[in-house]
Order: sequence, then structure tokens, then C-alpha cells
Amino acid sequence: MRALPVGDDALLVEVASGAQALALHAELVRRREEGRITVREIVPAARTVLLDGLAEPARLAAELTGELPPPPPTPRGVVEIPVCYDGPDLAEVAAYWGVAEEDVPRVHAAAEFRVAFCGFAPGFGYLTGLPAGYAVPRRATPRTAVPPGSVALAGPYTGVYPRASPGGWQLIGTTDTVLWDHARVPAALLSPGTRVRFVPVRAGGAA
Amino acid sequence: MTDRALAVVRAGALTTVQDRGRPGHAHLGVPRSGALDAPAAALANRLVGNPPQEAVLETTLDGCAVRPRSTVAVAVTGAPCPVAVDGRPVAWGAPVRVPARAVLEVGAAVRGLRSYIAVSGGIRVEPVLGSRSCDLLSGLGPAPLANGVVLPLGGPAAVYAHVDAAPQPGPPAELVLRVVPGPRADWFTPAALRTLTSRAYRVSAASNRIGLRTEGPALERAHAGELPSEGMVLGAVQVPPDGRPVVFLADHPTTGGYPVIAVVRSADLPAAAQARPGTPVHFVTVRRR
Repeated sequence: MRALPVGDDALLVEVASGAQALALHAELVRRREEGRITVREIVPAARTVLLDGLAEPARLAAELTGELPPPPPTPRGVVEIPVCYDGPDLAEVAAYWGVAEEDVPRVHAAAEFRVAFCGFAPGFGYLTGLPAGYAVPRRATPRTAVPPGSVALAGPYTGVYPRASPGGWQLIGTTDTVLWDHARVPAALLSPGTRVRFVPVRAGGAA
Repeated sequence: MTDRALAVVRAGALTTVQDRGRPGHAHLGVPRSGALDAPAAALANRLVGNPPQEAVLETTLDGCAVRPRSTVAVAVTGAPCPVAVDGRPVAWGAPVRVPARAVLEVGAAVRGLRSYIAVSGGIRVEPVLGSRSCDLLSGLGPAPLANGVVLPLGGPAAVYAHVDAAPQPGPPAELVLRVVPGPRADWFTPAALRTLTSRAYRVSAASNRIGLRTEGPALERAHAGELPSEGMVLGAVQVPPDGRPVVFLADHPTTGGYPVIAVVRSADLPAAAQARPGTPVHFVTVRRR
């Protein structure tokens, strides 16, 4: 664990893995809830946790050189996202994985995912959980418009587009689940640490 | 509809509703947003007697025109510009009374980029996650102003400030940005760090509320690998593959995958919000506080 200063009031804490970043994020959120640190934002990412708007960055940097916190208890609830596996990139993903196209849904739906971090757009989670060896590259040419609800893969991550946007991820399916609704509390269905399962459905929504 | 409202007569090139933004949601991918020249927005509110959290209008280069349905106090700050009520010139940078149904015309900026218009009672569009700011990256908050739109106002403020003119920093002829080394400064060659702080850059026309883009010498990376996405701060100087530094402003993405070579002092960002395309930019290294 290494804490890098960012400007005058932020720290970027580097760890060795996404799982460690999630554990550190949970620990830092706990400390903030206990009033032990004063910080505006705690932002986990692929291998880091950013603390922005931090009252005493030097003190926390000194504290964070020691051992990593133990992983937090696994949250009980699992968010289920029904997916119609009808994406235009299924064949490409199947080729990367070395499986038949019709086996992509089985492999994907068998995994249990965690939201490693969020970014790109409000409510867009970077989900990890596919077995090692199932990473896929981004598309060479990004699409100018990806429809909302698209379930997509890039690198080790699965994501669901909360709204229409350009995107370079491999599209494997679609869901009707609303990922982000700012009138809802909470607005984001997925936040760092959330457990997720994808449940295959046929086109039209029936299981 | 109540008469506490403001009709948009001329929306201008890009006029948005802004307040102090929606910090605290970066872990969900929500940018902070908020007025780019925050001191100018705060001053405008103070001049009309509003508390500092009220929403104001942020114009871009060519101003805008609005018509209140009831008599209000307004103040225009930020980029200096001609201000008129029903065609008669009135003060910039001071509280001005606008009678019901008169047109407040905020003209094109004489210098700088963004003028701020506070109206007594504040712009009271529906807040999203506690803020009325229009976020151009994520689309949260009210859309940019369009002709004919009617914006609700809050109740009249108690007492507005009695001043002839409030002192404000002028928009910069040259933008000096004090920086401290960023978390990924070691991803660049020592020559790149010297280039950043010794060579002249200019504000690019591609700049927006997300970032101040620059034109100038490309910064060379020491290693070519891909940086896993990491959290980004306001004022981060991110270097995309073309090598030209981008200074992150209020609508910046919450995470990013290009290395941050330096971070601009937050006190220098209001001036960055007022720097027009073509303005010379000097990055100056300072010690971390």
C-alpha cells in the first residue's frame, strides 16, 4: 500500500488488486462514518482509492503505510439483473473465450459479480467476477451510440450502460433494469461492493 | 404559474444554471459540477442578498437576455460585459433593480468568458442529488437554457448589498497556473516535466466545462503502458495520448485512465474558467503546502 499526494488536499492510495481496493474503500468509509477522517469523496478504482477534500492528508498518508485492512464482510443481498443475451458482439466474445456462441450466456450468468468501482457515467459500475482468462479487449472502433441497458464486456469488467452513449465495449446483451434514476433513493442501483448476478431471459422479458 | 419566474428571451451560446455543485457522489460516477468561476458566482449572490448556495446563471462569451415576471434585483459578475434593462445601460458588478416584465440584457463579454447572473430569490429549478447545476458531462441537472424556457425563482431575498461596485479580479491576459507534481509525474520523462513548466501553452478552442485543453509542445511519456482507471480531482493536469495537457474543471469525469502529471492549485481555477481560447498559459511549479 502506497499513498501518493494529489494536489494539496487529496491522496491516491495504491494497492495491489481490485479486491484490495474494495476492502480499503470499505475500511475508509467505515472510518469516515466513525468520524475518524474528514473527507469529501472516497473513490475506489481499479487499483487505487482516491480521498479527495481530505482534512489532514499528511497524517492519513502516514497512517496508511501499514497493513491492508481485512476484507469487509460480504454484503448479504445480491442484485439480480435479467439479461437477454442478444448483443451484436456475442460471436466475437465467444471467439475470444474459445467457446460456442450459445455458451456465452451460460458462462457469463454462472459468475457472481461485485461492483469494483463506478465511473464513466452516473450509475455505471465496473463489475468483476468472470474467471481469469475471460478478459476481452475493447472494440478497435468504438460505437458512436450504445443503447441504454446494454450489457457489455471490456478487459476483466462487465458493465451495463445506464443511458445511451458512445462506447467501445463488447455488447453481449440487453436489460430492462434501470441502473440510474435520480428521482429514486438511492439513484444508483449499483455502488462499489454491490453483489450482482445476471439472469438469462428470452427476448421480450419472459424467463 | 407564480410570478416568481424568469423567462428566457435569448439563451445565448451556452447558458447554464449553476450552484456549488453536487460533491459527495464521485464514487457513483457523478461529477461535482457547479459554477466554474465560483468566487464570481458567490459575489453575484451576495450582491442581491442571496445565500451562497442559491443557483445563478453562467453565460459563455455572448451573454443572454431574460425577462422576470416580477420586480427582482440582479447582479452580473465574472466576465465584464455591457448590461442593460429595457435597452438602458445599467451597472455591471453591482445590484440592479429589474422591473416586472422588463428585459435584462447581458451582453457579450468584453474580456473573459463566463458572466454570472444572480437573481434575488435564486433560480429554483428542481435539484438533482442536492444541486441545481447543469452537468454537461453526465447530463444531470437542468438542460442548458433555451429560448422561451421559464425558470422558477425563490422568494425575494431579505436585503441586498448596497454597493456601487464590488472589486473583482480581471480576466487574465496570461493564465498563470501554479502546479504541484501529480501522482503520475513519474510516468513522464524529466524533459516532459521541464517542458510543462518552461514552455508556452495556449488555451485551445476545444476547452469546455469539463476541461481546459491546451495547445503547445507534447509531453513525452517515460513508459507507454496503460494506466488502470483511477480517481480524478478538480485541477488535475491529465495528459491524453496526443501529449497536450488538459486541466480538469468542474464537470470532469470522476475516474480516468490517462496519467496526471501535475495538479493545479484550486485558487487558480477561477481564472482558468475565464481564459479565452488563444490565451497564453504558464504552468509554474510551487511547493506542496
